Amino acid sequence: MSLKDILSPFSAWKNLALEPVTVKDPLNERPGAPRYRGFHKNELNECIGCGTCSDICQNAAIDMVPVEGIETKAGDSGLRPMIDYGRCCWCALCVDICSTNSLSLSNEYTWVNSDPEVFRFIPGADKKSWDANELGWKKPDNYNLNEPLRVKMEETAPDEREMSFLEVVKGYSKEQAEAEADRCIECGLCTATCPAHMDIPQYIKTIRDNNLEEGLRIMYQTNPLPEICGRVCTRRCETVCALGHKGDAISIRWLKRYIADNVSFDEYEKILNEGFIEKTDKKVSIIGAGPSGLSLGYYLTQRGIKATIYEAKEKAGGMTMYGIPKYRLPMEILDKEVEFLQKIGVEIKFNTAVGKNISFNDLYNNSDAVFIGVGFESPYKIGIEGENLKGSLQAIEFLREINKGNKIDIGKKAVIVGGGNVAIDAARIAKRIGAETTILYRRRVEDMPADWEEIEGAEDEKVNIITQAIPVEIIPDEKGKVKAVKYLKAKMVADDKGGRPRPVPIEGSETIIETETVIGAIGQGADYSFLPKEFEEKLELMRGRIVTDSNMKTSLDKVFAGGDAVNRTADAISAIADGHKAAIGIEKMLLSE
Amino acid sequence: MAKNKIINWKPDRSKFPDIGQDGKPVVDLASQKYVKIWHGPNHPGVTGNMSLELTVNGDEIVDAKTHVGYLHRGFEKLMERRKYIQCFPIVCRMCVAETDFPEYIYAAAVEDLANIEVPEMAQWLRTLVLEMSRLQTLLRVVPGQGGTIGLGLGVQWGVYLRDLILDLFEELTGGRIYHMYIIPGGVRGLLPDGFKNRMEEILKKVDDYVIRLTSLMYDNAVYKKRTIGIGVIPTDWVDKYGIVGPNARAAGFKRDIRKDNPYLIYGQLDYEPFTTTESDIFARAVVRLEDLKTTVDLIRQIIAKMPLNGDIKAKTPNVLHWKIPKGETYVKSESSRGEFGFYLVSDGSEYPRRINLRGPSYTHAITVLEKLLINANISDVSALMVSLQTCPPEIER
Repeated sequence: MSLKDILSPFSAWKNLALEPVTVKDPLNERPGAPRYRGFHKNELNECIGCGTCSDICQNAAIDMVPVEGIETKAGDSGLRPMIDYGRCCWCALCVDICSTNSLSLSNEYTWVNSDPEVFRFIPGADKKSWDANELGWKKPDNYNLNEPLRVKMEETAPDEREMSFLEVVKGYSKEQAEAEADRCIECGLCTATCPAHMDIPQYIKTIRDNNLEEGLRIMYQTNPLPEICGRVCTRRCETVCALGHKGDAISIRWLKRYIADNVSFDEYEKILNEGFIEKTDKKVSIIGAGPSGLSLGYYLTQRGIKATIYEAKEKAGGMTMYGIPKYRLPMEILDKEVEFLQKIGVEIKFNTAVGKNISFNDLYNNSDAVFIGVGFESPYKIGIEGENLKGSLQAIEFLREINKGNKIDIGKKAVIVGGGNVAIDAARIAKRIGAETTILYRRRVEDMPADWEEIEGAEDEKVNIITQAIPVEIIPDEKGKVKAVKYLKAKMVADDKGGRPRPVPIEGSETIIETETVIGAIGQGADYSFLPKEFEEKLELMRGRIVTDSNMKTSLDKVFAGGDAVNRTADAISAIADGHKAAIGIEKMLLSE
Repeated sequence: MAKNKIINWKPDRSKFPDIGQDGKPVVDLASQKYVKIWHGPNHPGVTGNMSLELTVNGDEIVDAKTHVGYLHRGFEKLMERRKYIQCFPIVCRMCVAETDFPEYIYAAAVEDLANIEVPEMAQWLRTLVLEMSRLQTLLRVVPGQGGTIGLGLGVQWGVYLRDLILDLFEELTGGRIYHMYIIPGGVRGLLPDGFKNRMEEILKKVDDYVIRLTSLMYDNAVYKKRTIGIGVIPTDWVDKYGIVGPNARAAGFKRDIRKDNPYLIYGQLDYEPFTTTESDIFARAVVRLEDLKTTVDLIRQIIAKMPLNGDIKAKTPNVLHWKIPKGETYVKSESSRGEFGFYLVSDGSEYPRRINLRGPSYTHAITVLEKLLINANISDVSALMVSLQTCPPEIER
């Protein structure tokens, strides 16, 4: 112990001369740091109510609740997060995982109230003083709690596929499928949007769990044609996928295909036959072996009802068989699914056109119910001069002939009119059989109803796409054959009623494009001429489509309908959903007593 | 300061009650010779939520028992019902004083089992945050040792500086105490603009503070009188009871995980752990002051050497259903109190099968403290406890 030890502590007295370091009014002088994790904010219009914030919260501080003024719609659950500040630990994982970046934290940190109830609030809906506060915690850049980008699908190279009918999409490997399945956040917006309400998160989970048989069982609960949908579905699920807001939507379609492709076909019966009930004496006749008819056949058989399908053509599948090119849906895939349905007891009578080989009355009188699934088979004409010339075709007929294996000479140049999937299919096929191909579409590329992947595929294969072009005349050569198409350029005009912009022809902008073939692909309609007069008169239609109730029952007694003939979306998955709904309706009608 | 020559030290128990068959002293309270008093849980001289049940004879302690259970937590069990990402906001609560160490070892344990390599930038940031965490806790604990015998001024200075460090934490991580910054796979943000300059300004104040505190507390006759030769940890206890960190370094054991098993980027930093051999309260205080200086130096080195930009997070599977491969691992780091580690067992599911925290306070506050208190004076209880730097939340996990 030295003298220094006694005197030294007194040096602290010199601090008396220093300025105080305390903040006088911390509430006003001391805002939170720009990154501070303060109170929650939510952009209600950007939020889609996917509920990942609620899922990740380890304190169960977030509940998803309905909010006045926000409706449930495709891609939006209509729910919004309500935060309980009695439980919140301000970790901000909810912000980091938010699939739209709508949720954030402000840097506000004082909130005094004597009523404890106010601390359970819905950010965004319950207005707070910090709502306009720009600062606070936001998800950092280059930082993701789940992968935003999808696993790339391997495709046959464009130059290799241009001259062949090889399947373009190669399918995921096990590793790729598992990586893609891992991205799913299980919000279920896809299930709500899918016409068939397939339990998408659950079958994606089976890929992660490497339990594909269970995946197949889950898929067949709502869709007995998963291999078809796994290739050509219009996948509205992917357009609403929560992950699509910040990155790429999950490749739901390819994952479905992965499950269906990787379960051995021989196992199908063993996996799926559970849950089939004993056979009853009820009989149902189905007109048309398209997706709706096949789907109905499966679900009726499952319910013990005998289903007989009458198909005018030599193969089942309807539009999926005859309208979709084989590079998208190889024929053996369809045959496999149909074979399975036949195996479990669905009877299909091929080459049997109702109204020609067998009368509708016969079916009607000998069955407990009849289902009309005839689809839209009659193409609409473009409605311009020269459409009847030699070399002017309809896309549906063109695709059908090609799929049947027949050869069609379209010369060296072809023009396709339209912007839907049929138009793109026709163009890509025309390219494959050696023609220089051009698509004329009256709106812009982003307005095309066709699948964006199909449009990209066509572009890769060097199909020329001319947009904002309205054909006005097909010009013949001296032999009466197609020589050229005359079209007008169009400008886009905003629609007063709030619809999509309309193309308006620009006067004097006539352009002529030389071609040997014109293929019209602007849509199709139905043909109900097989119905006897007394039925046709009573059948309620609206704009060419059959009107049904929620069980797919038509205005005719014990007659149901589904598929393109009923729903406007005109895709396979809606038809499959119709089949399922009709099966439930028929079961109610026949077996409820 | 006398050299520590006391090996196999045993307390003089001549005036103490007999030891019964259960190994506990037989105390006849009715004799009025002994009194039981509770030191804590609500007592200014107790570190956090624990209490000491003392049996005293006059003002001398004849028996001591540490009691925990005032926090009602059970985090380890809680985490078995949480997904891996959901454990992330919990782990920091295991040690309120230095929240970044459990964050780091949890992340490192998960990364080890999941075989994830953390980007270099994130490793630098993690090291920086760990050292900042050590600095802020030492700014509280070093003067706090004087506080236990009534020297409160140093604590006030220290708490002010600690707040400045917390301000920096707030800028970097968005939180002051619970930073929730080191996430499995990386970290949650880059340094904000001007961070390094603000850090240097504060470090200069800390340099000045070390000088002022030395005059106030270390060159202080009263403090020395109250601490030198008191609470000596014999060298043979160190390995026997698993004493780590400054407590072991004050007993002459040059042990520091940062040096012995370098993790993160400690291998690229230059420093030497300080040791002394006296092993009493004062020696431990000296070791902590040296640790504080070392930490300031390390932060300066990190800031000078660290890259400006880079990836902050490795790609991880989707955290909402992240399955960690089956296995078990033990990951440790050197906290301001010594070895701090997580033993993590995964059964291959989305939830941890078992997480066990190895915190230095378990040994220090129960095994060692109960022994050191015997024969001590009541007025030294707080000084002894704080000199071991106990932290009840990590005992009661």
